[in-house]
Amino acid sequence: MGLLDMTAVELAKAIKEGKTTAVEAMEAVIAQIERTESEYNCYVTFDKEAALNEAKEAQKKIEAGTLNGLLAGVPVAIKDNMCTEGVLTTCSSKILENFIPQFSSEAVIRLKEAGAVIIGKTNMDEFAMGSTTETSAFGVTKNPRNPQHVPGGSSGGSAAAVAANEAFCALGSDTGGSIRQPASYCGVVGMKPTYGTVSRYGLIAYGSSLDQIGPLTKDVADCAAIMEVIAAHDPKDSTSIKREDTNFTAALVNDVKGIKIGIPKDYFGEGLDLEVKEAVLKAAEVLKEKGAIVEEFDLSLVEYAIPAYYTIAAAEASSNLERFDGVKYGYRAKDCEGLHNMYKKTRSEGFGAEVKRRIMLGSFVLSSGYYDAYYLKALRVKAMIKKAFDAAFAKYDVILAPVAPTTAPKLGASLSDPIKMYLGDIYTISVNLAGLPGISVPCGNDSKGLPIGVQMIGNSFSEKTLIQTAYTYEQARMEV
Amino acid sequence: MANIIDDATIDYVGILAKLELTSDEKEQAKKDMASMLDYIDKLGELDTTGIEPMSHVFPVENVMREDIVTNGDGSRQTLANAPERNDDAFIVPKTVD
Amino acid sequence: MAKQYETVIGLEVHVELATKTKIFCGCSTEFGGAPNTHTCPVCTGMPGSLPVLNKQVVEYAAAVGLATNCTITQYCKFDRKNYFYPDNPQNYQISQLYLPICRDGHVDIKLEDGTTKAIRIHEIHMEEDAGKLVHDDWEDVSFVDFNRSGVPLIEIVSEPDMRSAKEVIAYLEKLRLIIQYLGASDCKLQEGSMRADVNLSVREVGATDFGTRTETKNLNSFSAIARAIEAERDRQIDLIESGQKVIQETRRWDDNKAYSYAMRSKEDAQDYRYFPDPDLVPLHISDEWLETIKSRQPEFKSEKMERYAKEFGIPEYDIEMITDSKRLADLFEETAALCNQPKKVANWIIGEIMRILKDKSLEPEDICFDASNLAKLIALVDSGTINGNVAKDVFVKIFEENIDPEQYVKENGLGQISDEGELRATVEKVIADNPQSVADYRGGKDKALGFLVGQTMKAMKGKANPGLVNKILKELL
Repeated sequence: MGLLDMTAVELAKAIKEGKTTAVEAMEAVIAQIERTESEYNCYVTFDKEAALNEAKEAQKKIEAGTLNGLLAGVPVAIKDNMCTEGVLTTCSSKILENFIPQFSSEAVIRLKEAGAVIIGKTNMDEFAMGSTTETSAFGVTKNPRNPQHVPGGSSGGSAAAVAANEAFCALGSDTGGSIRQPASYCGVVGMKPTYGTVSRYGLIAYGSSLDQIGPLTKDVADCAAIMEVIAAHDPKDSTSIKREDTNFTAALVNDVKGIKIGIPKDYFGEGLDLEVKEAVLKAAEVLKEKGAIVEEFDLSLVEYAIPAYYTIAAAEASSNLERFDGVKYGYRAKDCEGLHNMYKKTRSEGFGAEVKRRIMLGSFVLSSGYYDAYYLKALRVKAMIKKAFDAAFAKYDVILAPVAPTTAPKLGASLSDPIKMYLGDIYTISVNLAGLPGISVPCGNDSKGLPIGVQMIGNSFSEKTLIQTAYTYEQARMEV
Repeated sequence: MANIIDDATIDYVGILAKLELTSDEKEQAKKDMASMLDYIDKLGELDTTGIEPMSHVFPVENVMREDIVTNGDGSRQTLANAPERNDDAFIVPKTVD
Repeated sequence: MAKQYETVIGLEVHVELATKTKIFCGCSTEFGGAPNTHTCPVCTGMPGSLPVLNKQVVEYAAAVGLATNCTITQYCKFDRKNYFYPDNPQNYQISQLYLPICRDGHVDIKLEDGTTKAIRIHEIHMEEDAGKLVHDDWEDVSFVDFNRSGVPLIEIVSEPDMRSAKEVIAYLEKLRLIIQYLGASDCKLQEGSMRADVNLSVREVGATDFGTRTETKNLNSFSAIARAIEAERDRQIDLIESGQKVIQETRRWDDNKAYSYAMRSKEDAQDYRYFPDPDLVPLHISDEWLETIKSRQPEFKSEKMERYAKEFGIPEYDIEMITDSKRLADLFEETAALCNQPKKVANWIIGEIMRILKDKSLEPEDICFDASNLAKLIALVDSGTINGNVAKDVFVKIFEENIDPEQYVKENGLGQISDEGELRATVEKVIADNPQSVADYRGGKDKALGFLVGQTMKAMKGKANPGLVNKILKELL
């Protein structure tokens, strides 16, 4: 087995046992990046020398016995909306083209404390607004499984980097499916934790009430390991939650006997690609064979999740992105006539079309006379959606569903019609509205050879159940 | 299309959001916003009477810190990314009209 | 006959709270640091930063609400107020619109005719202050300093219950007194730790509907507030009399020019798109917490007045004057406890201290000497070590430099001379030098004795014990 074929956990073990080193691992990743990056464009920022030096430092500490965390020596990639001290952080936007944060996000700090070595910053949809990584100001990322297709988004760079062996694992962020959907498109594992499980401190906000950081990995065991590292209460994030049950690797148990799985019928109707449907239902069969109790049920309210989501996310985004104004950091337009002209020019030149579209929508739904009809209405619908999930989780441990209606679309096929693009988020979005955990696990390929993912959704704080179910499924698939 | 977004609305939103659109962008924005609002209007089908708007999904309350100074001189970091600055402050176009 | 107009005034008062740190981060609120030194990612709007609420802000705000008879909103939230301005680093201010921490209160003010009037408080909410903009004199640029960005404020919004500048000032003085008693702020108008925006409209006497109001900002003293109210009242009446309409707008007062101008801009939509801040969780002030805050409320003026009358037996006028300032009341109690001479302490406060404050245009909060030094001074006079005149000079030194009077008197040889031999020699010389006055006195003119005492004091550089000088003079004459 080559170094690059190892999972993060396998690599960490090999480094610990002295069979390889952090430096060799980083060199292997760099070699792979040099082979394939020009085609895939997974990274916005990749500094070979810096990455290698960091690996050398890590190896020294590992040998001295001072660095022995779960990920000691493992090269990881970070989505470019997480602040990294001294390293360019752009959100794939022109408006942050030169922004160098003076502190690191909490999740990155925890990864480093566990011994991970940062390779670079991955490409994404601008400010995480998009489902294809095509709205990046720094070029599109291509799907390593088929470079004619998108990798998904917004964490497309992270998913593609893991799929292309340009990273052993990566961090992404998920506001409406931005980890799970690219994981599905690229054939890797991706998890969106329960809201509040991973600190948002240092994550450049899109929709603050929906954003969560999570892992993109080669398998479920890696996912559990990274979750264990990054999940922690953070007093700097007021929405961070104190949890005791974050020893997620303990949930890597090959057993689903008695686990009740619900299949929401309304997720399998019109609009779902037949090959995707078949693959997902087959995954349910596999779990049933392993002893899970599988039932169909009506979740309800599914078609209201997207309009509620886009209202809330756009409103929060319009406010969160006000700080990008050319005063304190980032891009400032040249030759401005006065303050307001400077604001307008800077923001009009600095933001891309999709970001502007959502800022305008968000400003409108919050504006005088529309707040109640749009924004408050959306928050009420959110409450109803949460209630529908509560009812479902009174009966089931896990909800099993597709991640996206189709496999990865072709490059350039999605952006023309925003509504159509938003419809692609239909199976992932309500999970964010309700603050729930969700995981995407590969479950097959379509006839074009493009990966399909199955989504497992859990009740709040039930990541362990999800990990156990996903792990059991993954093991069963390998046995076949 | 039920929602019609006129020029005045787009200009007004432009003032709120500090965005300046070219005439082509403006036409596109009018269309996009109208179709998105049509889509959002779907929420009107649901009877939400008596349902409290939900800002936070979890009932977390009272997250506070004690009144203790923990930060020192942060000026170097604060000014590190300034597009325009002097020794100790950001520079912006004059703010009095 | 000319129409009679009534002025209707409501106030929005911003008070900077006396916390050590900012409302959402651990940066110091101290005044006077070099620009941008008291800043961090949170109070400068760095991408990825998040706010965490300072508990003391809640306790101060609730305490002010309780002291102004408000109902405390036990479940309250923070909202974002969105507007672009360079002193506002996130381009939204974290404030409270939908569920402010206090509502429906009132304070009573005393009117000139001796009656009291209740001024209702609509609400009090918590929010963050903005940074400071300094305009360049030569180029068309401004400089941004975020040291004040994120300093906690409460905004106290009154109902339109005031009818004159006098009522406005009485209301502000009352608020200031309450807040100073609470220690929640020093409330200095000049330094901006208390700022009042005036909402004013006029209407014909007898009318029931309100006229269109304007909001006037940038008022840095009570006198500026009074001038601005007069000017705005006159401006609105002129508009109405000439058949024009008052426009609802925000105006900025220029006290040097005694003139206000509209702050309108076409880039300013005044549509703040408030919504609950998703980065902050709701605040639940439990009954227990509220009780704790209540139990910590200090003794306010009226309670203090009652206690002083019982405990110290000093005149009501003195009590009124002293308790009009928390600082003076504290000084009084501390000094009286040290020297056990409440009447004498009261005399010093009402006499010398108030005179110096007035002469120097200072506020009681500017007093920075130790009570122990005033107590020592009183003891020095009591023991006859120094006389009253010297004491006044020494007190100036205490006020200005907080000197230790015992040491100062010793070092400067200011001690009173009570040595009979020495005094007798001087008196003998004064008698010899002033035969006319001696003759006058012996001829029955008692006033001449005063002159001779003065001459003796002068000869002894003011340090003679006046009682002894009198006694010796009478003996020798």
